[in-house]
Amino acid sequence: MSTTSDTIAPRQIPDRLDRPLVSLVFSWEALLVLVAVAIFVANSLASPYFLDAWSLSDLTFNFTEKGLIALAMALLIISGEIDLSVAAIVALASTLMGMAVQAGVGTPGLVAIGIVAGLACGAFNGLLVTRFGLPSIVVTIGTMSLFRGIAFIILGDQAYKGYPAGFAFFGQGYVWWVVSFELVLFLAAAIVYGFLLHRTSFGRRVFAIGNNPVAAQYSGVRVGRIKFVLFCLTGLMAGIASVLITSRLGSTRPSIAQGYELEVITMVVLGGVSILGGAGSIMGVVLAAFIMGLVTFGLGLLNVPGIVMSIFIGLLLITVIALPIVWRRIKGRRAA
Amino acid sequence: MDTTALSPEAKNVRPSLAPRLTLARISKSFPGVRALHDVRLSLYPGQVTALIGENGAGKSTLVKILTGIYQPDAGEISIDGKAVELSSAHKAFEHGITAIHQETVLFDDLSVAENIFLGHAPRTRFGTIDWKTMRANASEVLTTMRAGHIDADARLRDLGIANKHLVAVARAMSIDAQIVIMDEPTAALSAKEIEELFLLIEFLKSDGKAVLFISHKFDEIYRIADRYTVFRDGEMVGEGLLADTGQSEIVQMMVGRAVDQIFPRREANIGAPVLSVSKLSHPTEFDDISFDLHKGEILGFYGLVGAGRSEVMQAIFGITRTSAGQIALEGKTIAPKSAADAIDAGIVYVPEERGKQGVVIGMPIFKNVSLPSLKRTSSSGVLRLKQEFDLARAYTQRLDLRAASLSQDVGTLSGGNQQKIVIAKWLATAPKVIILDEPTKGIDIGSKAAVHGFMAELVAEGLSVIMVSSELPEILGMSDRVVVMREGRIADIFDNKGLDAVRLVETAAGIVPA
Repeated sequence: MSTTSDTIAPRQIPDRLDRPLVSLVFSWEALLVLVAVAIFVANSLASPYFLDAWSLSDLTFNFTEKGLIALAMALLIISGEIDLSVAAIVALASTLMGMAVQAGVGTPGLVAIGIVAGLACGAFNGLLVTRFGLPSIVVTIGTMSLFRGIAFIILGDQAYKGYPAGFAFFGQGYVWWVVSFELVLFLAAAIVYGFLLHRTSFGRRVFAIGNNPVAAQYSGVRVGRIKFVLFCLTGLMAGIASVLITSRLGSTRPSIAQGYELEVITMVVLGGVSILGGAGSIMGVVLAAFIMGLVTFGLGLLNVPGIVMSIFIGLLLITVIALPIVWRRIKGRRAA
Repeated sequence: MDTTALSPEAKNVRPSLAPRLTLARISKSFPGVRALHDVRLSLYPGQVTALIGENGAGKSTLVKILTGIYQPDAGEISIDGKAVELSSAHKAFEHGITAIHQETVLFDDLSVAENIFLGHAPRTRFGTIDWKTMRANASEVLTTMRAGHIDADARLRDLGIANKHLVAVARAMSIDAQIVIMDEPTAALSAKEIEELFLLIEFLKSDGKAVLFISHKFDEIYRIADRYTVFRDGEMVGEGLLADTGQSEIVQMMVGRAVDQIFPRREANIGAPVLSVSKLSHPTEFDDISFDLHKGEILGFYGLVGAGRSEVMQAIFGITRTSAGQIALEGKTIAPKSAADAIDAGIVYVPEERGKQGVVIGMPIFKNVSLPSLKRTSSSGVLRLKQEFDLARAYTQRLDLRAASLSQDVGTLSGGNQQKIVIAKWLATAPKVIILDEPTKGIDIGSKAAVHGFMAELVAEGLSVIMVSSELPEILGMSDRVVVMREGRIADIFDNKGLDAVRLVETAAGIVPA
């Protein structure tokens, strides 16, 4: 600055101060790894059937479908929005695939219908939220009833069956030995979403919107457009999950995937994504998916009834919303 | 209350007044930052003490210690000679300390009377709130402080900021607070409202209250305060009577070096029109706005708060929709439908509300700087961190940013440094027109000078600047021409050659010179 009498040389500001190793050890993800290992050990002690390649393979089916939706949901929640209609999208997409089967559509056509139906439902949510400025929690509670309601009207208390043999691969097939197609798809999608969120300018803008939508808009981020894309992606993943679930079950009932939205959101929040938006990582969500799979499978091995599991999921959701807050407080105290 | 009893002469009769509140050897540290070191401060009954210092000097930490929000690491606080401990906000309140903030913390949906008596409402013998007495008492308090025009039953939401301040003071009066802290109370007030506030402070003085007054504006400080205490980098560097001390002396204490010139001198080299706005209108906020901005020019926008200046700028920036009119940039008509459109065209906007619209708090410095430039720092959508750091380093250094690292959360920086980040972010986009809305509001003198010097550099490089400001010295010191707005319309456009401040104020207020 030339106006002050004694000019101070510009200071060199370092890029970073954090030691990466220290912040890694004290990260939420590190805690999740510990929890996963602990549950894994507990399971193998509790049941002699647990430590078996096929057992472990079966375990992955407990989280791959929900995990696929959770990957997109993570981005949506980071941006400050939410989609409660994902399970209903699964049901509607499955119902449309069932109708197509009755009309004689083949496997490629069925997959396309499932995916496009999911995408369309997501776009509908996104349109209502971004074009009309409605809060997403209200919009998607509405579309949750709407989508599942349509499935019920079409199906009544019936079920669609008779999916072609080739269609079974998506939910029942194995790529190699005990490694299922679902698991491979989930891991591949996790890499894609991890890259999208953490390594692209799109992901950076998602974080900016979640932290401060107004300042993001004033910085030239097209907030509405990005949120619309995120709703579409969430619908798309629900459509893909619908293909997998329908293929695995081999039938469609209107009650398919009932209550999945809560498990998906629990996964996302357990993974360290802030329910208020602005923070989170795909690595955390993937770890959380594994943990949820381990827990539900372990409880299953111990013959814990389904209703107890649902109580457990509810408690877990409350705990994981409270835990990050407590964790941050502890971290803050450590820093102080 | 008889305000004439304590005239200035009366004050001089008792020079050795015992302080009401004394802070001695107060220190407070946060991780990595020494906020206050061994400071002292005394507040005297019936006197106003101005607390002066750049942002980051430790003023807000001190206010938080006084209001019981922070606990000092060391030192003593005494009231009327007796040591006290302000261990919570409630304790501070009980000791008769109240604070009136920039944006007063009251309850918008409660009535004026409820706000005044919240927590100590008069009760009936059944233990329920005695509404009738409460209303009567509220009116009485308001009347004593000459604010009888405020209806005790009015909802606070319906009051202007100035009247909200009055309610906050009434609250202080109702608990018989002896120590009143005013933390930049004039920041959001118009000139007339500031006058009313000063009358009120005079009344508090005459009533024997000890007042701590924090402001960045020297004219206000000299107008209303009796004493001063100057902080620099967390230390007390000077105190005394304002009557004995010149403005330049205090400025020197604040910055620790001589600031010989507040506004940079520059040779205006004005070229062809860059931005032409014609007949721009909005259904409610502004009407028929036409002006040209030339290359290398600083165009000042002056007016009272609410004259529609920010709204016009937000329309040019694509945030607010217009109902009629045209905007042309370098001869080409543009119709920005979003900030992204305006930025692509080469128009950027430094908003008035830094925390809400300017910086993304929760994100580090380098991500804030690169946010509008992600297209350039990434390759086909993939982030390149090195490019981002290079960009952030180059532009923050140019603005002389003070920060521990570029990965530091912007929320941990002072207002002045946050403003530098907003400006750095925009310069990195290589704009043609930069609009600054109250660019130095609430920032310290050092940062202010940096921003002003920087504006001069920008226009010298051929950029065009629009500066919305409510500070006359800034308008007169920086602008080549001044557009004055009044009630959503352009009242007049002046050439800033020998322009008279009085003329500007009269035009803005709609006073016709006799």
